Amino acid sequence: MHELSIVMSILDIAEKESAKNKAVQIDEIELEIGELSGVDMPAFDFAWQQAVKATRLEAAVKTVNHIPGEGLCMNCEAVFPMHQLYKPCPVCGDHFITILKGKELRVKSLVIN
Amino acid sequence: MCATCGCDTNASSSIQHIGEHDHLHDHAHNHSHSHGKTIVAVEKDILQENNLLAQRNRGYFDAKNILALNLVSSPGSGKTSLLERTLTDMKGEFPFYVIEGDQQTTRDADRIYATGTKVAQINTGKGCHLDAHMILHALQGMKPVENAVLFIENVGNLVCPAMFDLGEKERVVIISVTEGDDKPIKYPDMFHTSTLCIINKVDLLPYVPFSLDKVKEYARQVNPALEFIEVSCTSGEGLSGWYQWLKAKVPVTETV
Ligand SMILES: Nc1nc2c(ncn2[C@@H]2O[C@H](COP(=O)(O)OP(=O)(O)OP(=O)(O)O)[C@@H](O)[C@H]2O)c(=O)[nH]1
Ligand SMILES: [Mg+2]
Ligand SMILES: [Zn+2]
Repeated sequence: MHELSIVMSILDIAEKESAKNKAVQIDEIELEIGELSGVDMPAFDFAWQQAVKATRLEAAVKTVNHIPGEGLCMNCEAVFPMHQLYKPCPVCGDHFITILKGKELRVKSLVIN
Repeated sequence: MCATCGCDTNASSSIQHIGEHDHLHDHAHNHSHSHGKTIVAVEKDILQENNLLAQRNRGYFDAKNILALNLVSSPGSGKTSLLERTLTDMKGEFPFYVIEGDQQTTRDADRIYATGTKVAQINTGKGCHLDAHMILHALQGMKPVENAVLFIENVGNLVCPAMFDLGEKERVVIISVTEGDDKPIKYPDMFHTSTLCIINKVDLLPYVPFSLDKVKEYARQVNPALEFIEVSCTSGEGLSGWYQWLKAKVPVTETV
């Protein structure tokens, strides 16, 4: 359940940003979560429901942009969709792969009131 | 808000320095404020806070020429057993320090203390991993000397600690032969982020269906650069290979 730590970090960021902007309430929050980030979405959503209670995010609409994984093969330089860390390059079968996308874990934006 | 480091996490953990006065460091965190509708472009990495503190720890280790290793595994793979053996067999070779991470109790720290090593126990409560903030505070009480080797035994969990950089030089993942040889592809993140994989409990190989070749093959699918050392903390088999690895990693002191 490191998802709870992730949620707490989001709350912390949102809290600081809204305090900076003197917001009373956060209406919307937009997140980016990569496919290869290691976040389990059901666990994340569960942690979210529990953690936002009595915070400025309690009533906020949460939008999660799921960023699909993308790998670059270090052997043949193929760029391909990557859904698992252990799958080889679909072109040459090599395992030396650099992750280009999918590790994202970001707070994009807030709509505050 | 933690005054010492200026950081502001929601962690609620405690640190005890075994064999000294018990120092509890708890923090909780609360804030409130009050005040038409604006869109704020935040663009912040969620793990930024931890990553910054991890970099800070890393700077501290570099400055003091300390080799910090983060030991990760499932519960019971033998992290503490490996440390007990290492601290006993290599006694006097380097100044050693240990930070123990467990949800509850000081049992592991007590085992380390029994080897005569300076140790701090972090209890994470419900937390399933150590984070850089906890390490920062443990270091403040521990004050390791220069050119030391610091082992950080993470909470037994093959998933959560993968995401949290502590500032370590290397991450060492331990897997025991009783866990099944397909662990690396079932829990790939940990194998992806580690540089060394210790395969422990090889004394039990005759009794369990576990293929050393297979586990390495699976692990290399996730991380082709991963190194392997096979050991038994019970029989001592293979430990010399680990000690050699360790000695080779200790940063050479610059002599002027
Ligand atoms: N047969 C055998 N048993 C081992 C070996 N290494 C450790 N054990 C046993 O495995 C059990 C767990 O060992 P620990 O060292 O406590 O494991 P750990 O990874 O520190 O466990 P947690 O801190 O709870 O995650 C103990 O009963 C050890 O005696 C080994 O090489 N062979
Ligand atoms: Mg242990
Ligand atoms: Zn390729």
